[in-house]
Amino acid sequence: MAEFALPANSKVSNGKTHKAPDGATNIKRFQVYRYDPDSGDNPSVDTFEVDMDTCGPMVLDALIKIKNEMDSTLTFRRSCREGVCGSCAMNVDGSNTLSCIQAIDEIKGDAKIYPLPHMEVIKDLVPDLKRAYAQYTSIEPWLKTTSPPPSDKERLQSPEERAKLDGLWECVLCFCCSTSCPSYWWNGDRYLGPAALLQAYRWIADTRDEETGERLDNLEDPFRLYRCHTIMNCTKTCPKHLNPAQAISEVKKLMVVRR
Amino acid sequence: MDTRERPLSPHLQVYKPQLTSILSLMHRMTGVALAVGTLLLVWWLVAASLGGEAFTTIQTIIGSWFGRLLLFGWTLALFYHLCNGIRHLFWDMGKGLDLPAAYRSGWIVIAAAIVLTISGWVCGYYSMGAL
Repeated sequence: MAEFALPANSKVSNGKTHKAPDGATNIKRFQVYRYDPDSGDNPSVDTFEVDMDTCGPMVLDALIKIKNEMDSTLTFRRSCREGVCGSCAMNVDGSNTLSCIQAIDEIKGDAKIYPLPHMEVIKDLVPDLKRAYAQYTSIEPWLKTTSPPPSDKERLQSPEERAKLDGLWECVLCFCCSTSCPSYWWNGDRYLGPAALLQAYRWIADTRDEETGERLDNLEDPFRLYRCHTIMNCTKTCPKHLNPAQAISEVKKLMVVRR
Repeated sequence: MDTRERPLSPHLQVYKPQLTSILSLMHRMTGVALAVGTLLLVWWLVAASLGGEAFTTIQTIIGSWFGRLLLFGWTLALFYHLCNGIRHLFWDMGKGLDLPAAYRSGWIVIAAAIVLTISGWVCGYYSMGAL
């Protein structure tokens, strides 16, 4: 049964306010979710007043500036700072995105920054992705074949066959989509979620893969696949503009075709 | 290190309402409302079979302004659920799943549900001679 309210240990309180330096005139307020596992306290929301005249354009720039200049304990994942690694996924201004490619000036009013929704929080903006990775592992994301490989070359694809993977291979596994999905919120322990299902389809759609039947068998389940109710929050939120809802629909269609 | 349970990050509390999720939520809620409304229909049919007195009672209740308000909500729920159900059938065929199409069909469903409800009630009152 879906639990709509937050558990007692997860209720968020008001935290500290960090004032902008004197003389700053172009101030943007960032309300950032904080949780310190060592304190034993409930999570809180701290407010940081950032001087935008000395800050880069993206939300990640502001977070790095806060960590460098205002509060070095602020914890978040980041790496590539250009939308290809998927590390800095978080909930910004009410929807999930990569903070490195989210422009600050697109956010009206205070910028509200939370970890990916409905996930266990390790610290501040760092969610535990163990289960999401396990679900990704469960779809066996590698080429599976039964026929012997050609002796003198790779398994080849025509340009048309390769084109079937466009819109699928670009996924950076940031899990913005899965954690935007209410169905995944309520049934994430049994529903694979849009990210893992898009990847499942990526291997089903691959013309070189020879275990499509087994892959479909693995998904034929009231929860693993069919908890998708076409809400489409996944497609709406994907920072790479991919379409997990479409990919899931293709899997469902294949299930019907093979009956 | 603290070994107590980790907190759950906020979800419904922070996620911005948007057409995708709101229409899905409304589909679920109108489905529940229609199930309850069907009980009302059963009550009306049972009353009709019980004879004049019981039937007059339920007609008075349903005919009151509050009864009519419930009926209006029920017809709106019915037409919304019907139109959005057809939208889901297209999705099940794999059509209209890109974001612009989903938004277009979403707004069409809202408009169609309102137009069908109002024209249904106009037809109803017209056939009663009340218009």
